[in-house]
Parts: sequence; structure tokens; C-alpha cells
Amino acid sequence: MSMADKGDLQLVNLTKRFGIFTAVDDLSLTIPQGGFFALLGASGCGKTTTLRMVAGLEEPTSGRVLLGGREISRLRPYKRPVNTVFQSYALFPHLDVFENVAFGLRRRGVGDIRPQVERMLALVQLEGYGKRRPAQLSGGQQQRVALARALINHPQVLLLDEPLGALDLKLRRQMQIELKRIQTEVGLTFVHVTHDQEEAMTMADTVAVMNAGRIEQLGAPAEIYEFPSTPFVANFLGQSNLLAGEVAGRSGEDVLVTAYGSRFSVPAGRCRAVDGDVYLGVRPEKLHLAPGTDSVPAGHQWVTGVVSDSSYVGVSTQYLVRTPWGTEVSAFASNAGVLAQVPVGAQVVAYWRPDHAFLLGREAGAGDATQPLLEPVP
Amino acid sequence: MKLGRWLSDHWVLGVGVLVLAYLFLPIAVVVGLSFNEPSSRLSYDFNKFTLDNWTSPCGPGDMCDAVVRSVQIGFIATVLATVLGTLMAFALVRHRFRGRGATNLLIFLPMATPEVVMGSSLLALFVAGGVSLGFWTVVIAHVMFCVSFVVVTVKARLSGLDSRLEEAAMDLYASEFQTFRKVTLPLVLPGIVAAALLAFSLSFDDFIITNFNSGTTVTFPMYVWGAAQRGIPPQVNVVGTAMFLIALLLVLGTSVRRRKTA
Amino acid sequence: MSVVGHLGGAAGPHETPPPPRKGRRLLPYLLLLPGGLWLTIFFAVPAVQLAATSLYDPSGSLQEGYAMTWEFGNYADALSAYWPHFVRSLIYAGIATLLCLLLGYPLAYAIAQKANRFKNLMLVCVIAPFFTSFLVRTLAWKTILSDNGWVVGVLRDVGILGADGRLLATSAAVVLGLTYNFLPFMVLPLYASLDRLDGRLLEAANDLYASPLRAFAKVTLPLSMPGVVAGTLLTFIPAAGDYINAELLGTPNQYMIGNVIDSAFLVRLDYPQAAALSFLLMAAILAMVFVYVKRAGTDEVL
Repeated sequence: MSMADKGDLQLVNLTKRFGIFTAVDDLSLTIPQGGFFALLGASGCGKTTTLRMVAGLEEPTSGRVLLGGREISRLRPYKRPVNTVFQSYALFPHLDVFENVAFGLRRRGVGDIRPQVERMLALVQLEGYGKRRPAQLSGGQQQRVALARALINHPQVLLLDEPLGALDLKLRRQMQIELKRIQTEVGLTFVHVTHDQEEAMTMADTVAVMNAGRIEQLGAPAEIYEFPSTPFVANFLGQSNLLAGEVAGRSGEDVLVTAYGSRFSVPAGRCRAVDGDVYLGVRPEKLHLAPGTDSVPAGHQWVTGVVSDSSYVGVSTQYLVRTPWGTEVSAFASNAGVLAQVPVGAQVVAYWRPDHAFLLGREAGAGDATQPLLEPVP
Repeated sequence: MKLGRWLSDHWVLGVGVLVLAYLFLPIAVVVGLSFNEPSSRLSYDFNKFTLDNWTSPCGPGDMCDAVVRSVQIGFIATVLATVLGTLMAFALVRHRFRGRGATNLLIFLPMATPEVVMGSSLLALFVAGGVSLGFWTVVIAHVMFCVSFVVVTVKARLSGLDSRLEEAAMDLYASEFQTFRKVTLPLVLPGIVAAALLAFSLSFDDFIITNFNSGTTVTFPMYVWGAAQRGIPPQVNVVGTAMFLIALLLVLGTSVRRRKTA
Repeated sequence: MSVVGHLGGAAGPHETPPPPRKGRRLLPYLLLLPGGLWLTIFFAVPAVQLAATSLYDPSGSLQEGYAMTWEFGNYADALSAYWPHFVRSLIYAGIATLLCLLLGYPLAYAIAQKANRFKNLMLVCVIAPFFTSFLVRTLAWKTILSDNGWVVGVLRDVGILGADGRLLATSAAVVLGLTYNFLPFMVLPLYASLDRLDGRLLEAANDLYASPLRAFAKVTLPLSMPGVVAGTLLTFIPAAGDYINAELLGTPNQYMIGNVIDSAFLVRLDYPQAAALSFLLMAAILAMVFVYVKRAGTDEVL
């Protein structure tokens, strides 16, 4: 296990089958060294299984795992320079905090354990907790011990399996900032598995969205949020209004789309599909409301509708606008104190800047999709 | 109205306590008899209070020999049964193999078979094999019926053990053997100890199977049985009381220790 | 037979074990080998041997050896000679089991649902009598039920017993002894079952207009059936084969089938007959268990 041989983590055609069920389906991915990488997906999408294959706790059915060019696919977990922070922490109940953190060092026969452990405990802000037992710690403290226990071995890759899942909201936010800080300080590659898209977006440099054993999109948080590549990503990451339409042709740099009797145009650079059935997508925060078409600024595209619901959530007001063809689209108006509340029942025009829209491929026969996704899509 | 409510809420508890008292009645008698000087060898009634039984517990000739014999057999049988049973429990809980149903049957049947049948069939085996009956045939018999109980006890403890802990150990550079030594074994140990204690008490207290297979060897229960015809020396109750107190101390001791480390 | 499955059996609440790694497929078999071998040689083989013995020619003897003549008649002879003892054993064991159920259920219920702080203490109290030697305990009953004792005295005064009435050396004493000695075997499985009972189910029953008696009959009892079945089996089976209580607390008039088997093996040295009797006992027990489990209707016990 040479620490000098740092490098990227590569998953090549990784597949894992349990009987007839395919958990991970021909997954290929390169995780650059030193970054904070998030594997995002709903439960059951295969992200934890992928993580376990990197850790060596599952054997791939086929495919390879490479670290810095060296193949580790068949190595036992204790032979890999990879450590895991488990979802349930998995702290050893019969050892105190000091011995838990020192466990990996002792197995590797590293000398001079005490100062290293103390330094690590300080890093996770648990100085003085060495003699306590895991059962005497709170959830957040246990999580930090689990982190320390893994970090102290300076692995080439640190795997985190939904480590913040069991914490309450405030603590979770705090730990998100902590983890990011530690990662920047220590400079190791972190691979973080989570179903919480907010968590992935705030912490990660790169996010991979997983669905049914495959990666649907990979990129920086802003990239994949502003320009999703599939309907799944559009509605799993935040929320999108996806209107069913067909490509009608091109006009210069733009792609023309007809939907529900109206014609829209989307810049070519914002299109994932350029012919056939498509989804015209606009995120709710990019959809603005105006009382009439003459109030719509020049160059913007719009649809008409009636406000069917309005929810005041403090930081913003979330409107539902029923279009003439019956679909309810969402529009979020931020509560900057500039715009007045629009009453329910009012006739409005919902408009957007053309380069805020995006065009996605659509399955034939699929209708509008405007609800955030909660279940994995097979 | 209030009294009626209290009664209906508490009558079950009351009956329970009464049944407990019923369970303890003979124990109280045993303790009492240990301080008793019987009027005659065959009398079972309370006669006179005395401390003689406790001051000279080995008065009756062969009793202490029998107790020693029982302890020796118990110790050896416990070690063997615990080892065999623990190995089997690990196989059952942590591994996949064919023939699980047959194995379970083999383990469960001894617990469900009347001791008369087990003891007598084992005797028939020894006789047919020309094996002379004595200390070692008793040990063999005891290991046989204790293994099942050890398996069940250790299995219960082992299946409650989160396998993620062992994964975590391997993730932290412990080989399979090191994982076993540093994580699995310490956490299963309470179960193994409980199983060993159970095996010892089953062995020490066994009469029927022992009687069939002991030849001329005499264990404590056999001594008591024989004495029941000839006349029970009151020191028998001293042994009974002592056993009760030792076991009680052990149980209370472990539960206090558990509360301390929790 | 899922009682078997539970007590012997399932891999536990955790997932099925992981598939074996290469080269480690042998390991479980190696782990099972010593114990399995021991049980096979000293339990399974003797059982088969006993079956064979029951078919030997009864005219042989230990010194001269036995001839295997497939003498199924041994069974008929044994049954006709000792059927009273069989019936008596099953009756005694049955009554004792019933008494254990009547006494043990309230106790188990009390510990599981009503004891709160005292739960562990009461459990220890249930197990504690076990710590004394079985035989010493049973002999203590000789003192309690003795003619000059307090119990018999009160019963004579009250009129339940005649002026010369005894408790010792009667069927009553034997059944009492059996009940006493096997009570913990009934209480513990019952407790395990009742402990899992969610108190809120009873609250729901009350909320839905059920009287306490109704709630018990319709909710508690059915849900505790696995415990009842397990406890009944763990009590009845050893009780039917017991002979210590009969020997110490009764007379030859109360002798159970266990006493007969014991004397056949050790006194009369009539091995074929003893073997036949043993298997008849096992068959009788298994038959009753089978019928009972079927009627109790529990597929998944515990």
C-alpha cells in the first residue's frame, strides 16, 4: 500500500448482480484525486453497492476498480488504501474512543500512536473524549469518531456512506461544513454517497446522479443543476417544469419546438435533443409572473394561465399556475419585497429567458412532468 | 371503586408473586433442612436446629467424593461441549452450506428427546461396543446433550452481532483472523460464557442419563438417589444450599458488572 | 415443525450470510465436523442402534448375545404388558402440563407486562430454583408433603383429606412434583412470547369496547400462542419420560413408563423390551405433539 502512488479512482464497466437483480449496471466513472465527489441517488439506485465495491466489501460481478492505475478489484478490504465511514458508524462497542480511532494504526503496526490519535481527535473537535465508550456518545459525536477512525489512516480515498443521515437538521448542516473544511485541509479524495441532493450540491466539487444502477449525469453541481441531461436528473435535482413537445425545425442558432399549439425556441447550446419528441424544461425559480403579455420583457418566452395555488414559505412564494391545457406549472417568486403577492384565481403570464430553458429527450407518449421525483425510475 | 380498580390492575401481579413463592418453597425447605438434625435416618421432618451439618459438611463418607466427581465431569464436559457448540454456532450463523435442515434437526432432537431414551440408547451403544462404563462414558454422554444448548445460546448472541462491525474492522486493515480475534470474539464472549455456565449446571445436575452410563462411578445426583433409599444425610441439603448461593452470587455479580460497564 | 426451526434453526434476524469466498467454502463444514460427528456417533447412531435392538430376539441375553430376528412382536408384547404405565405417564404429564400452564401463564404475564422495575429480579427468581440440585429439590417435597407436615395437617383439618389421608405416595404428589419441576420450562417461553406483546394492542381493544376478559381472549391469548405451544412442548416431553418424581414421591402404583424402561435396562437387563418401550414412548410423544401442533394451528412458532 504505497501512499506515494496517489492517483485517480477509476471504475471500469463495474457491474454487480444479486441473483436476477442488477444493482449496478455497467458503471464507468473516473473520480479525480483530491476532490470531494458525491454519488447522488434515491434509495435502491445502487450507490451504496458501488461504494462497497470500491471498499472491497462486495465483489463485482464484472468490471474493474483501479486506483492510480493499479487494479484493486479483487483485493481484500484490508489490503486496499481505502477507508469507509459507515452509515451506522459501526463503532466497536467494546473499545473506547481512543482504541476505536487507533484501530487501523494498530493493525498496520504503526508506531507512536498516541500523538496521532490526539491530533485526529482535535481535528474532529473531540479532545478529551478518548476514554469514553461509543454508547456514551451522542449521534453527532459518534459520527465524528467514525470519521476520525477512518481519516487517521490517510487513505487514498475516503468513502462516506450517507454519514449524516441519522443526524438532525441543524447538526447535519454543521457537519456538512465540517466535512468540507476537513477535506480541503487534508486534501484526500472524498467519495460521499447520499440521497440528499442539497447535501451533494453544497459539499461536492463533482456530483454523479445515479438511477437504477447507472449514472445519468456527471458534473459540477451548478452544471448539472442548470443544464440537466435527462428528465430524471431535472426532477431529482430540485424541481423542473417539463412540457411535452416536438421539434419543429431550426431557426439560426435556435431549435424550434411546438407544444400545445404554441411555438417556442431554445438556443442550440441548451439542447440535449434536437429532433423528435422533447421536453421543454424551465426551473420554477426561472419562471416569472406578469399580469399580461404586454408586461413581458422583450425576448422572453411565455405561457398563459390561472394561479391555482399559492404557498407562502417565508423566503419565497410558490405558485401553481394552471395552463390552458390543464398542466400545473410551478413558479417560485423570491420574497425580495419587490413584487406583490399574486392572488389565487388571477390570470397571469408565466415567462422565462430563452437561455434559462433546456430541451431534453422525451419518451414517446410521455406527458408533462412537473413533480419532484421521490422514487427511482426503472 | 378505588379498591376494585387497584385489585383489577394488580391481581395478575399478585398471582404471579404467589406462584414465585410456590417456586421458592422447596428452596426454603432445603435451606432449612441444611440446619436440621433429623430424628432418624429416614425421617424428612424438621427436628432440631444445628450447625453441625455446615461445620462438618463431608461427614457422610462418599458424599464429598461424589461432589468432586461431579465437578470434574462437569468441568471437562463443559469445556468440550462449549468448544464444539461454539464452532457449530459460528457455522450456522456466519456461513452458507448445504444440509442446514439436517444439521438443525440433529442439534434440536437431543433437546426434545426424553432423557430415558437418550441415556438408554447410549448405554446400549457402549455395551454393544464393549466399552467399559465409568467416568469417561459419563463425560461423553454429558457432552452429547450439552452441545445443543451451547449452540442455541451462542447462536442467539452471535446473530445479534452486527456484521457491519466486522466489515469495519476489515476496512481498517484487520485480516479475517485479526477481525475474529479483536472484534468478533470479544463481542460473542458473553454468550459463550453463558453457554458454558448452562452446560456446567446441566452436567452437574444430570441424573437420568448419568445413571444409565456411569457403571460404578458415583456423581452427586446419583449419591442423592442412592441415599434416598438408605437414608439422606442432612449434609446433602448443605450442598444444595451452597450450590444455590454460588449460582445466585454469579448471576447477581454478572448483572451488576453489566450495569457498571454499560 | 417451526418450533424446531426456531430453537434449532434460522440464521437469525440478520440477512442471509454472504456467499463464500473462493477457498473458504470448506470452512463451515470443518466447523460443523467435530460437533456434528459427536452428535452423530453418540446420539444418532445409538438411536438407530436402539431401533435395531427393539427388534432383537428377546430370548437372547447380554452374555450370550442377541440375534436379530426382526421381532416386531416385541412391541406388541411390551405394549400389552405395560400399557397402564404408558397411559399413566401421558395422563400425569398432561395434567402437570395443564397445571403448569394455569400457574405459569399469570406469572409470565405478570413479569412481561406488569413487573416494570422488577422484571429482571422476577426472572432471576424463576430461574433460581434451578440452581439447586433437581433431586435435592424433589426430596424437599418429601418434607413439605410429609404426613407430619403443615400442608397435610391443614388439609386434614379442612376435610379435603381423610383423617388418615396422605399426600406422599399418591398420584397427587407425583403430579405436584412434575408440575413443580417443569414450571420454569413453561414460564420462560411464555414470557418470551408475552414480552413481545405490544401493550398498545390491548389499549386499542379497550378503545373498541372490549371488556378485559374479551380483550384477553381475542387479543392476548391468540398472540401468545407460539409461547404457549413452545412451553407446552418443553414441559410435556420431558415430563412424560420422567421417573424421578414417581420414584421419590410415589409408590410402584404410580410408576411411569420411565421407571419401567429404567428397570428393564438396569435391573432386568431385558434390552429388546427396553428398546421397544423407549420407541413406543417416543412414538406416543411425537404423535401427541404432532396432533397438538396441528390443532394449535401455529405454523410459524416464535
